[in-house]
Amino acid sequence: MSETNKTDAVEDAAGKAAIPQQASAPEGGSAEREVLLRVTGLTKHFPIKKGLLQRQVGAVKAVDGIDFEVRKGETLGVVGESGCGKSTMGRVITRLQDPTSGTIEFEGRDITRLSTGKMRPMRRDVQMIFQDPYGSLNPRHTIGSIVSAPFRLQGVEPEGGVKKEVQRLLELVGLNPEHYNRYPHEFSGGQRQRIGIARALALKPKLVVADEPVSALDVSIQAQVVNLMDDLQEELGLTYVIIAHDLSVVRHVSDRIAVMYLGKIVELADRNSLYEAPMHPYTKALMSAVPVPDPKRRGTKSERILLRGDVPSPIAPPSGCRFHTRCWKATEICKTTEPQLLELKPGQRVACHHPENFADQAPQDTVLLTAAKEASELVGEAVLEESAETSAAVAAEVAAAEPAEAAEEASVEAEVSEAELETAEEPESEEPEATAEAPETDSQESTDK
Amino acid sequence: MSKLEKAALGEPATDVAAPSDAQDAFLSVRDLRIHFNTDDGLVKSVDGVSFDVRRGQTLGIVGESGSGKSVTSLGVMGLHRAANATVSGEVWLDGQELIGADPDEVRRLRGRKMAMIFQDPLSAMHPYYKVGTQIVEAYRVHNKVSKKVARTRAIEMLDRVGIPEPAKRIDGYPHEFSGGMRQRAMIAMALVNNPELLIADEPTTALDVTVQAQILDLIRDLQKEFGSAVIMITHDLGVVAEIADDVLVMYGGRCVERGPVGEIFDQPQHPYTWGLLGSMPRIDRDTADRLIPVKGSPPSLINVPSGCAFHPRCPYADLPKGNVTRTVRPELEQVEGGHWSACHLSAEDRTRIWTEEIAPKL
Repeated sequence: MSETNKTDAVEDAAGKAAIPQQASAPEGGSAEREVLLRVTGLTKHFPIKKGLLQRQVGAVKAVDGIDFEVRKGETLGVVGESGCGKSTMGRVITRLQDPTSGTIEFEGRDITRLSTGKMRPMRRDVQMIFQDPYGSLNPRHTIGSIVSAPFRLQGVEPEGGVKKEVQRLLELVGLNPEHYNRYPHEFSGGQRQRIGIARALALKPKLVVADEPVSALDVSIQAQVVNLMDDLQEELGLTYVIIAHDLSVVRHVSDRIAVMYLGKIVELADRNSLYEAPMHPYTKALMSAVPVPDPKRRGTKSERILLRGDVPSPIAPPSGCRFHTRCWKATEICKTTEPQLLELKPGQRVACHHPENFADQAPQDTVLLTAAKEASELVGEAVLEESAETSAAVAAEVAAAEPAEAAEEASVEAEVSEAELETAEEPESEEPEATAEAPETDSQESTDK
Repeated sequence: MSKLEKAALGEPATDVAAPSDAQDAFLSVRDLRIHFNTDDGLVKSVDGVSFDVRRGQTLGIVGESGSGKSVTSLGVMGLHRAANATVSGEVWLDGQELIGADPDEVRRLRGRKMAMIFQDPLSAMHPYYKVGTQIVEAYRVHNKVSKKVARTRAIEMLDRVGIPEPAKRIDGYPHEFSGGMRQRAMIAMALVNNPELLIADEPTTALDVTVQAQILDLIRDLQKEFGSAVIMITHDLGVVAEIADDVLVMYGGRCVERGPVGEIFDQPQHPYTWGLLGSMPRIDRDTADRLIPVKGSPPSLINVPSGCAFHPRCPYADLPKGNVTRTVRPELEQVEGGHWSACHLSAEDRTRIWTEEIAPKL
């Protein structure tokens, strides 16, 4: 067992090492890794019923048309504020809830409409780790029976017997195998989360979907569980989808990250591209809001982008781009036309008309909406200047460096966007250094993860 | 006990009880102990904590769940249930001793001179009453004004904390507010009497980062405006770095390290503080290295480990000679200035370990 795991891990590591080289190729080569899960046009609407006849009067559009794929051996992080649909997405892709529309393909096979019975064998390959280590373990069952439940339900007889296998799993996640006969209440939060992980790993799944796996834990315990999940991935060649609201945790664990807002993916990119040069204004605002444990940075308050108000209701999401009510760059087109999730840079897909750190997608549209004007008052001058600078510089770079295929388009965009900047009376200095880090950087980082 | 008597006799705050470095402290807590009698045994939630907060300053109290940080704040406010809690020590608020004081007197101070923001606004606000009613009530308890005046004041406060259309939202119920709005309404309620001490117990833990940033900004602005002393209780070192002037790190009901925020992050002295810093994934650093977790889990407050409470989890517990970490409880010792730490490691060892082993990995 452990031997095969090791070879897996080695292959896996080798696979990972190869990725950054591919990624530096112009066509975002990371796509070449085998796709394990592909989601297309996924929606999940919860009907709202009213009255005697229980007529449907509306729907909560929790997930409203998302596309992404998860590649073998990688970790996809999903972040967003509460109510953005990230947990629902997790439950739908594991078929714990049925999607309203769209398709889910697992290893090339469409599992969207499989019946419960047909789904059962698939469940071996897709497992879930839940947020609440107190609510997800039955208090009346012993640890042994909780972790062996997957074997019973799937009718699997592991080598050497169920008990032995369960004890091996407990050991694997760092628990004492002798605790086989104890009950959940005898364990601390971190230990319970380990039990949840042991249960998820019992059937050697290919894909593990973890919904806020560490958010209920104390900081020091959180680090233990994060490291454990890291080790297990390496050891067993697991693929993770990790759903979390903590951007620091997601940055630490993920290879690629999807940012969700009101049921949509607004940005999907490699970790480094996303954190170094976020392209969607929402991503930028979200990241700037994370408190940094470094008191010296406190003086630099202008870096922070304060979003006004709350996330709008998913029952009646705003028209066009859903973020336009809180975005400081929003213009008329954002209100009327929904931006598509496009691959603007290799490995970085964004749904925005006026992306940060890139050529403007709708340069003809320059009149800010009232909401945007209000928002821009909140956003520090420095931020706007900086974003103007970087976008101008990137636009210039794109215009210069882009090979023949996209040169025309990009240069037109760049020109116009520069013109736009001038009209907006924003300082426009060419700063190629600022953007030098922007496109996918050092392969080192992605390899040691 | 004699100090309590003195307090009752109206002795001034600049009594021997307040140490020399805390002359100007607005709130002085000295050797606060709060023990609860339970069926399982005596829970020593807070076991000898001392600190000072000056006007216009923010003290951040950091610790894991069960470290006693919330109980400390409840002790200051006098909100623990008297029936099963044993409280000793001293709490001086603006020259007035609170622990031995008349409960009615403390009640008059609570809400007016000191106020509290709780973690979960949904359970801290009464679901049956309108938000406005609850704020008006808080105001009228301490001020003899008509309902109309109090209502105007409540609207003013809601506006001040950034609730849109305050005149309309004042008649809303808590469930009609979103999480961030509710937290704002609770801040409005806490601030309606211009308290000079504000205790915020994990005010942003239940909120999203974007809302958290708004709330922290709000607290900072209000503090600047009113010059209040603020105690910010949190488990998030990021929040502390952002808002606190001084930091108190708690472990197992005791203070293990205390000092100015810059020193706590730059040259932390206690292995537990190192552990907290190492366990935290950071958004501003590269992710090349693994996190460095603290092994084991937080201690039970019924059976606090002997000697240094942190010794079962401390990687350096064997460094000091003679098993001292397991037998002798370390007292807080001055490192320099206002920086104190309770650890048996020698100063040289601590500096060496921090600069050579811990700091490079963070």
